[in-house]
Parts: sequence; C-alpha cells; structure tokens
Amino acid sequence: MRIGVFVCHCGNNIKATVDAAYITERLRDDSSVVCSAEFPYLCAEGGQKLITEAIAEHNLTGVVICACSPRMHETTFRKAAAKAGLNPYRLEIANIREQCAWVHKNKEEATEKALSLAKAAIAKIKLSQPLFPGESRVTKRALVIGGGIAGIQAALDIAEAGFPVDLVEKSPSIGGKMAQLDKTFPTLDCSACILTPKMVDVASHEKINLHTYSEVEKVEGFVGSFTVTIRKKARSVDMTKCTGCGDCLAACPVKGKENRKAIYIPYAQAVPNVPAIDRESCLYFKNGKCKRCEKACQPKAIDFTQEDERITEGYGAIIAATGFEAIRLDAFGEYGYHANKDVITSLEFERIINASGPTGGKLVRPSDGSVPARISFIQCVGSRDATARGKPYCSKVCCMYTAKHAISAKEKHPEIDVEVFYIDVRTPGKNFEEFYRRAVEVYGVRYIKGQVGKVIGENGSLRIQAMDMLENGRYDAVTDLVVLAAAIEPSDSAKKVAQMLSSPIDANGFLSEAHPKLRPVESATAGIFLCGMCNGPKDIPETVAQASAAACKVIGLLVKDQLTTNPCTAKTDENNCSGCGLCAEVCPYGAVGVISHSTAVNAALCQGCGGCTVACPSGAMNLQGFSRAQIIAEVDALCG
Amino acid sequence: MDFLYYPGCTLSTTAKQLDTYARLCAKELGIGLEEVKDWQCCGAVFPLTSGQIGPKLAAVRVLVQSRDKNKPLITLCAACHHVIKQVNHQAKNDAEFREIIKNYDAQLTYAGEATVYHYMEVLRQYIGFDAIKKMTTNPLKGRKIGAYYGCLLLRPSDVMQFDDAEDPRMMEDFIRALGATAIPYPMRNECCGGYRALQDEEGTRTLCERIIASALSHGVRTVVTLCPLCQYQLTAAAGGDLDVCYFTELLAEALDIDDDE
Repeated sequence: MRIGVFVCHCGNNIKATVDAAYITERLRDDSSVVCSAEFPYLCAEGGQKLITEAIAEHNLTGVVICACSPRMHETTFRKAAAKAGLNPYRLEIANIREQCAWVHKNKEEATEKALSLAKAAIAKIKLSQPLFPGESRVTKRALVIGGGIAGIQAALDIAEAGFPVDLVEKSPSIGGKMAQLDKTFPTLDCSACILTPKMVDVASHEKINLHTYSEVEKVEGFVGSFTVTIRKKARSVDMTKCTGCGDCLAACPVKGKENRKAIYIPYAQAVPNVPAIDRESCLYFKNGKCKRCEKACQPKAIDFTQEDERITEGYGAIIAATGFEAIRLDAFGEYGYHANKDVITSLEFERIINASGPTGGKLVRPSDGSVPARISFIQCVGSRDATARGKPYCSKVCCMYTAKHAISAKEKHPEIDVEVFYIDVRTPGKNFEEFYRRAVEVYGVRYIKGQVGKVIGENGSLRIQAMDMLENGRYDAVTDLVVLAAAIEPSDSAKKVAQMLSSPIDANGFLSEAHPKLRPVESATAGIFLCGMCNGPKDIPETVAQASAAACKVIGLLVKDQLTTNPCTAKTDENNCSGCGLCAEVCPYGAVGVISHSTAVNAALCQGCGGCTVACPSGAMNLQGFSRAQIIAEVDALCG
Repeated sequence: MDFLYYPGCTLSTTAKQLDTYARLCAKELGIGLEEVKDWQCCGAVFPLTSGQIGPKLAAVRVLVQSRDKNKPLITLCAACHHVIKQVNHQAKNDAEFREIIKNYDAQLTYAGEATVYHYMEVLRQYIGFDAIKKMTTNPLKGRKIGAYYGCLLLRPSDVMQFDDAEDPRMMEDFIRALGATAIPYPMRNECCGGYRALQDEEGTRTLCERIIASALSHGVRTVVTLCPLCQYQLTAAAGGDLDVCYFTELLAEALDIDDDE
C-alpha cells in the first residue's frame, strides 16, 4: 500500500502542544508511508490542494490526516480524496486536536501521543477496503411535533414551500404558551392578535394536516424514510359534524379549575374551534349519568363511544417543537406558593391581566378580588440555582416579561406600588434595555437587588423578608400580591419524544443541537430537527427564527429525491455465522434478520452503531470501515 | 432498639425537664438509652469554629464511642445535635479534617462511621407516629399547638436532612399523633436569634416577638420547642401570652407519664 500522511498545525491549536515537524518526519519510518507533509491549515483550500496533488503525484492508495476530530472535517477531506480519484473510505483521520493537543500541556508527551494516534490510523488504513455508498428514497412529507408558535411557524414555512406537513399537538388546540400570553415584550403587541392569524393559516392551509389532541407514539426508520404512529386521543366530539357553536359548553353542569367545564374549548380563538370532553371530570364518564351536552348539540356531534385512533404515516424529516413548562414550586416553601392564594406564578399573572382570562383582564387578587395596593415580583425562582431543587441556567425570558408585567400593572392602575426583586437584570436583545429602563424611569417600578428569603401570610396580606444588597440591609415590608418568575424547563413530553426520535438530551433535559454554533437546529440524529424552547430557553422572535431555520433545513432535505446512505454498515461473514440471532436481538433498528443458518443486514436500516459486532460470539459480524481486524490493528499499533 | 444517649450540658442544668421526660418516655416506648461515658460539652457553636479543631474534639470522642459500641447516637438538644451531626459529616467528607484529628490524638481515627439521630427522628423512624398515636392514653384533644423548629435542626439542609427546611412538616405530624390540633404558622422555621442573644439583645427580642406574634395570629395556644436556647428565648418573648414547652413534656403528657421521681 502507498500511504500519504498529512499533519495539520491548526494554527497554534495543535502546533503549540504537538511537535508537528517531528511526527511528520518520524511517520516516514513506516515503509508503506511514501510521502508525509505538514501544513498550517489542512482544511483550507491550500491544504486540500496539497492532498489532492500528493495523491496524484505519489499514486497514493491510502491517506492519513492528523488533524481535528472527524466530526469537524471528515467530509471535507473525503471529498478532496474523491476528487483526486481515491475511494474516500481509504482516508483515515487521527484526531490529534480534541483528543491530544487540547487536553494535554506537556509538549513532549503530547507529541508522543500524537505519534501513536497517527500510527494507529496508519495500521487501520492498511486493512481498509474501498466502500461505496448506496441510495435511499426520500418521503416528501414532514412531521412537526408540537403546535406552539415554534411548530406553527415551522409547519407554515414547509407547507409554503409546497411539501405536505403533519402537525401533531397533544392538547385540543394549537397555539401553545404564546396563546396564553397577554402582551409580548418589548413592543407590547397583543400576543393573541399576532398569533391567531397564523393559527388560522395552519388550519386552512391545504398542505397542512392538523392532528390536535394527538400524540406521537412510535417512530421507526431513518432520515428520508421515517414511519411514525400517531395516537389521536378520543375527543368525544365528531370533528366533521361540530360547528363550534358552543351550546354544549353552556349545557355542561361541571365547574372545574378556572371555571372550566368538562366539555371545553381551551380559549375563544382555539384552532380547531371544536371542544373536547375531559373524561376525568365529565359526569357521564364518572357516574354514567348526564349527557346534557348531547341533548344540547343540534348537529349531533357528541360521541361518547369514540375511542383512541392510531394512524401510521411516512415522513422524510421530523421537527421536534415540544416547548416548555414552568417548574413546580413544591421545593420552594419559602415563597409560600401553596400556602397563600395571593402568591402566584408569572403565567397565572399573565392570565389575570389577559382580557380573555378568568378575571376578564381585571387586575385583582385571587384571595378576595380586591385591587392590590402593592405588587412584588420575584425573579429567578429556581433559575440560576445550582442546588438540587433549582436549575443552574438562566431562564432568559423572565427579566423581560417581569418588566412587561410591571408596566402592564402600572398602566392598568398607576397608583399600584410595584417592586421587583432581582439578582441581575439581563436585557440582551433589540430594544430590551430601553424597555426595562422605561419600566424604571417612566413607570416608577422599584427594582431591589436581592433575593427573597421568605413570604409570610399575615392578616390577609403578605410580608416579604429579603436582602437588599445595594442598601446592605434587611428588607422587610408588607405587600398584597407576590408574583414568582418560576424557572423554565422542557415540557413533560420532551423526554419521551426525544427517546422515540433517538435525539440526545442535555443534563437539563433540553434536546441537544448537533453543534452549538454551526448546526443549531439539527439534532445529532439525521433527519431530526429542533426549534423553540425544547432546545433551551428563548423568546418569541428567537423561537420563530429557529423554527424557520429548521423548516429551511427540512425543505433542503425534502427537495432531494434520493439520499446517499452511509456505507459503514454491518455485514455478516456467512462462513463464520452460526445463525444464533444474538445480533438481531441487540439491533435497535431492526436491521438484522436471521435467514436459515445465517443472518443478513438490511443496509438501509443499519445505522452503523456496531452493537451486533460486539454481540456476535463467533466474530462473523463486522462493521464495514471499522472491522474487527482494523480495530485490533489499531490497538496493536497503540500498544506497540 | 438501643441507642447511645448524649444529653449535653444544658439538659443537666436549666433544661432538666427536656431530659427527664425524654428518659421516661423512652422507657415507655421501648427505646434503650445508654448515656455516653464521660461526655463533655459539645462545643455548642459549630458555625463559628471553622478552622479550629478544639471545639470539635468532644463531638468526635462521642462519635467514636457510638461507632465502637455499635449503637447509633441519639441527641436531644438542637444545638448539640447540630454540632455533632456537622462534625460527623465533616469527618466523613473532609480528609484534611480526619488528618488533623489524628495529628491531635493518634488514638482518634474516625471517618464518620457513626449515625446520629435527633430524638424526634427516632420517634418517627423507629417507633412511628401511628404507633405513638395508638399508645397515647391521654390524647391532647382540643389543644392548639404550633411547632417551633428553629434553624439548627433544619439547616444546612443537605447535612441535617431533618425535614424540608423551607416547609417542615414532621413536628405537625407528631402533634397530631398526640391527639392535638397542629397549627403550622409561617415563622416556625425562623431563627430565634439565640446565638446573638448576648451581643444584640434587642435584635434577638424582635426576632422572637415576631415568631410569637405569628403563632398567636394563627391561633396557636402552645408553642412546642426542641431546644433549650429556643425555649429560653421564646418563653421570655411570649410573656405569658401563650405556653412554651418542650416536645418531650407534651409526649409525656399524652402518654400519661408523671415525673414522680
């Protein structure tokens, strides 16, 4: 074999810790290495040119690149090799940056390690085979999971490009959290007014198929060809007959939370405007008697016998937009959220000031319906709290929505004294700082730097004990309403959805992007894309931007008719296989099948994880490009 | 169940009734108490002794005895419990501290092997409040009792692991087991200021008056404490507006135990 070795400096990233000249020289000791060279930036045009010219000049049959992680530039270098006529799978990367230069300080030792890593790559390339990628068909249909503003925007963008989209939402209406908001910062636009036109667009778009009150139950397949089972929960109302008149709602005798009936439409602008029966609170489902809604319904749309329905559909790409929840406050006893009616969360405050909320937009206390004389907002309840009960991260939107709430309160009742307890006020965003300053300077909101230690219910009002850090003293005063800016976490369903999609989640439960800088809307799993709060705290404009970006990635995928498949799949050596089927048992993708006395791998389903190669007792299963012989040769080279 | 019992200085002087009734009740409930041999003052002020070894040695000696006798340690005074449990935690998690102990006295090799319980924890864990309820021959019916936890048993919560530091419930369960009405009031887990009583008399009094006012405004008639220092502070602040007593006194009353001796 004729091997060429190329060592990258990566500026000083590698060169400062690894003696590149030395390893370039030493690697020539191997008789198969017919040329070696170092270069400041191999990934740059000059570097690639060096490689392609060397392949032609020395008639190379294998190339080893000593540079950064293959996750960064494997594709770049393989393309260069292919251009020079070399099979791209005859190129191997020794990662001497992330796994060597960046993690070591001693130059001498790091150089020796880099040399070992390069020798291992050379040993591996000697046993390599040329591999040829296959092709797979792309199903030209997208699935969007979650019908909040993120999912709505993504679905609309994909549909506008001409591809059919299925939008799945677990609650009876799309709209998500944004539909519950009164106004948006920093422009104080009416949230519903800017959202509902988009909701209506979704409902009326001929390319969008809306599944509300539905959940994704099973995901199989791979990029370009997913098969998904969706469970449409029994709504107990026939959507084809219901006219949305609301007669059933008036007839229902049940009064639940926020005065919600057992048959309900989440809010006035709901899409679709079709109620659902909450079977847990419905008298008929509980006791077998009532059916008043059925009597009231003229089009005969009520259907108590309806059952969950499952549909299966194929998709080329999937977007996760599962959104967020505020954390539960059980572990935050000092704020007395459960003990006092007048201690509420920000989202509850949002409902109180919202014209379509339970008080009709009147700013009153939940306990006695009176207008509070003083409102105290407490920020960072559970955010930036590294203890077990809290979240270590900043929830990002709380500073701004608290300023918005403070302004809203002052606009409704200028005489209300409004105070905000904060750790830091963070306002990075267009017109954000100006908005916050307006709360302070124009509306006279008092900002107190310090954390609240205790909220005490006292004679019908509340007492706050806090630390005032700027005054360097205790703060102790009576207030009427306390609003807690609870930390944001991914919604309950996010983990389940992530597991179904094989999409990694981070330590805080948010779905991880493939690369935090350069691949911010892609999951590490091909064909899965992310947008909105499921990926981390963000505000509405950021969410919309991310949703459009994810949609753009999906469109880029769906316009292709075929995708090239990774040839690094498992392959059975029939001469050694006993047909025991252990490989088929461990395969998470159902790619291995047992045929008489042997096994066969479906290359279209195989993701190249290598699980079967470890399970195989006779060594008959090999991962192409990572064969047992190659891996053992690498280990021998490292130990030699 | 047998325990090694650490009474502490206050319990043999000003807080005798805390100790006496604890011993009598233990007998009734089947808790074996063996008093620690040659015990000394616990050192009393753990938070103020960082970096010093002297004030922690007494606690280490007690813990070593508990380990060697293979009997869990039981304490009664909240301040003693706080010091001993903190020292135990430090011995378990701080190698440098273990080294300092050994350097001071080569006989003292200790790495936090003992288990430390407050008497109240033993009632909950080994007897059970349901069992206590059944044993109650003189239920305290109609009595409106508010628990006062103070701070030493609750904080730091990851070390003390007594109850939810912000919203404790254990003593309310205890009060209900005795047949009385438990009234949780917001200031029940605030500090009484005991540590600063000598430096800042007025500040301490304000703290205690607030606690009493909070209890009174919720209809509490008796405040029950677990600590001689809290008991002293709150009794002074209550000024006869409500009763302040130790939890062992209540337990004895409900079990119909008299201090005849």
